Amino acid sequence: MTEHFKSFLVATALSTVVAIGASAQEPVRGGTLVTAMGTTPRHLNPAVQSGIVTGAPGAQLFAAPLRYDEDWTPQPYLAESWEWSEDGMTMTLKLVEDARFHDGVPITSEDVAFSVETIKENHPFKTMFSPVTSVDTPDPHTAVLNLSQPHPALLLAMSSQLMPIIPKHIYGDGQDPKSHPRNSVDVVGSGPFKLVEFAPDQHVILERNDDFFMDGRPYLDRIVFRIIKDASSRAIGIENGELDLLTFENTVRNIARMQKNGDLTVTDEGYAAIGALNWLAFNTGSDGPLADKRVRQAIAYAIDKNFILKAIMQDLSQDAKTGIHPGSPLYESEVNGYDLDLDKANALLDEAGYETGANGTRFSLTIDYGNPTTKPQAEFTKAALSKVGIDVTVNSYVDFPTWAQKISNHNFDMTWDTVFNWGDPVIGVHRTYASDNIKPGVIWSNTQQYSNPRIDELMAQAGVEIDADKRRALYVEFQEILAEDLPVYWTNTVPYHTIYSNKVGNPPLGIWGSSTPYDRVYLKP
Amino acid sequence: MPILMTILQRLLYAALLLIAVLVLNFSMMNLAPGDVADTIAASMGGADAELMAQIRAEYGLDQPFFVQLGSYIGRVLTFDLGYSYFYNQPVTKLIFERLPATLLLVIVAQVLAIVIGVLLGVYSARNPNGFANYFVTLFALFGYAAPVFWTGILLLIAFSLKIPLFPVAGMMDVTVEGGWFIRALDIAHHMVLPVITLGSIFLALYSRLCRAAMLEVLGSDYIRTAKAKGLSPRSVTLKHALKNALPPVITLAGLQFSAVISGAVLVETVFSWPGLGQLALTSILARDTPTILGILFFSALVVIVGNLLTDLALRAVDPRVRGRE
Repeated sequence: MTEHFKSFLVATALSTVVAIGASAQEPVRGGTLVTAMGTTPRHLNPAVQSGIVTGAPGAQLFAAPLRYDEDWTPQPYLAESWEWSEDGMTMTLKLVEDARFHDGVPITSEDVAFSVETIKENHPFKTMFSPVTSVDTPDPHTAVLNLSQPHPALLLAMSSQLMPIIPKHIYGDGQDPKSHPRNSVDVVGSGPFKLVEFAPDQHVILERNDDFFMDGRPYLDRIVFRIIKDASSRAIGIENGELDLLTFENTVRNIARMQKNGDLTVTDEGYAAIGALNWLAFNTGSDGPLADKRVRQAIAYAIDKNFILKAIMQDLSQDAKTGIHPGSPLYESEVNGYDLDLDKANALLDEAGYETGANGTRFSLTIDYGNPTTKPQAEFTKAALSKVGIDVTVNSYVDFPTWAQKISNHNFDMTWDTVFNWGDPVIGVHRTYASDNIKPGVIWSNTQQYSNPRIDELMAQAGVEIDADKRRALYVEFQEILAEDLPVYWTNTVPYHTIYSNKVGNPPLGIWGSSTPYDRVYLKP
Repeated sequence: MPILMTILQRLLYAALLLIAVLVLNFSMMNLAPGDVADTIAASMGGADAELMAQIRAEYGLDQPFFVQLGSYIGRVLTFDLGYSYFYNQPVTKLIFERLPATLLLVIVAQVLAIVIGVLLGVYSARNPNGFANYFVTLFALFGYAAPVFWTGILLLIAFSLKIPLFPVAGMMDVTVEGGWFIRALDIAHHMVLPVITLGSIFLALYSRLCRAAMLEVLGSDYIRTAKAKGLSPRSVTLKHALKNALPPVITLAGLQFSAVISGAVLVETVFSWPGLGQLALTSILARDTPTILGILFFSALVVIVGNLLTDLALRAVDPRVRGRE
């Protein structure tokens, strides 16, 4: 028995105990769940369109090899078993026997191979499948992923958000999968729900897949994803009962109001894998003072993180001290969190050689923020840094492409940003710090131009380390060094919340949140 | 004959204007930093350099500006508005799916604003010291000064949350089933708040303008003559006074037609009305140039047709306009 299978058994046993304890109510069949999205998806095929707006309906339409609930242990889904070879160089998936696509065609290992190939070629997160050299299909229900190196990140990558199994008989017709007409019309997957209609800017309507391979599920008859761009309108919608479920809400004012509503439950569970963090990024490659890590540390000491957490985020987000989301088992909380210390900040700036000038200022910097939700942090930073003699000009670039061009071409001093972990650090964390990922013009690459050979080495080792404890140790050192070097100053998790009406049973609160199959969700009678 | 000439002349101007709209906007879109490859990267939570280069090559964004402009105008001349970068669908299809929703909203709001505005204006001009007069003045100030989205949210809180009379968003309830009549009722139900929001600004304008024009006309000599002839007050007001007070209202209505469309962008966002305004917002944020230009093209067309209709309406109510030509 492999180590993974053992831990899987333990997790299953545990979740069964938890389930029995909590099953005061049996799930019931039927009903329409009405939920909302804040932006319209480009299309519904997550294999070639990453992102959370495609991820939520995509996870209902397409099944994936694995699924996750509240903890980070993989659960069987399309794959009834998954096994590493001794050396970690192959991953063998056994598919469930009776799974079919919505059009009745059985799912085979050919589809798995085709999906991996398509994702590897077209998905923006190249590190997910780049070690996969080929996929063998010894029989219709066995797929063997051959790797160029051990690749533990594969486990989180094989979930609905990142690895939907798409039908080869539809997408393998030679057309470019990125602009395939079947990405928005008549989408065929093998997930718990089938597409009824996708109307951009209006709704995505899904209905129950009666031939779903997990018996008795899904419980719901229909899911309606309404596209409502205005956060206040969404809030009113769930308050007056038109909507049953909201995900990815981060307007703290609205969340605070809904918390007081007895008919609603408000929670920040369900965002650990997506792992959205707010941070202040420094252009460490600039000619200015920010190239000196003492200056970056001084800035962190001068910013009162408590003010951000309590006043700006109204206690709705968690303290994040590193680039890994606090909900991840790899997060290390015992690193320097840079609590407010103006004396230390001043001392560090003096030490770096930036004496206070005659006008009371040491030097000037700019903050170019893009995402409008980071405006309060940007303005607060200006006020905070003026206390240690740093003069800050705040520029707003709420038009995304304008901001992205500026930041990605390294034409900035500091910016407040929102960046996602996307499951395993290999997928969404490494990109920010890897010295070979300094790529002008590419947003959310290493736009800080940070480079530390030890960090590169640690990432390379952790990326191929199969042993969970050893892997964590590598990431602990990684986080410690980064907290010292401070290419970005991490402050908090993005206050994403899920809000659901109390009649919703089993809301999607697993680590992948709304990008998990809603087959267990039900409506209480 | 002169009317035909006028129309032909107008059409020629209109065609030139449309080309100018496209060239100008295409250039402006190009001046802005960044392009659709950036926004696609954003929608995906990241991208790699190769993928972004691939997107740019696919949409011809790596070509020099004049080549892009030339090929775009060339295509438009053959009535091809191109493919949306962001939605991967023909722009004409996207627009024709949305145009009816916007026209429905805008026309209903505009017609209601004119009719109610004129009635209020006439009434308050007839009773210049009455309660209605103050009401019109106050309402006008309030309606004109309040930002559209604020009015919208306030109406939502009042009539969707506190007194749940109306749905919060969208144009129809997807769970409603039934014949066309039931569906029409459902759409009308969804329309109430957006129409009030959009109409309120313009209602204010029309009532103020109509009141002023009526007051002026009511003071003129021929009204006194009409009264002296022994005509009934109703006949004096409606036949003699109102007809002469209408031209400014009609002119304003024509001018405001474009403002109604831009107002629709805000109203549609607040109420998730699936019209052109929302599409415009999404595509501007996404740097989806073909879609934006397509929308501007159609908006310009709607404004031109609106102005043409205004002229025709003016000719109908005011013989002096006809005489001038």
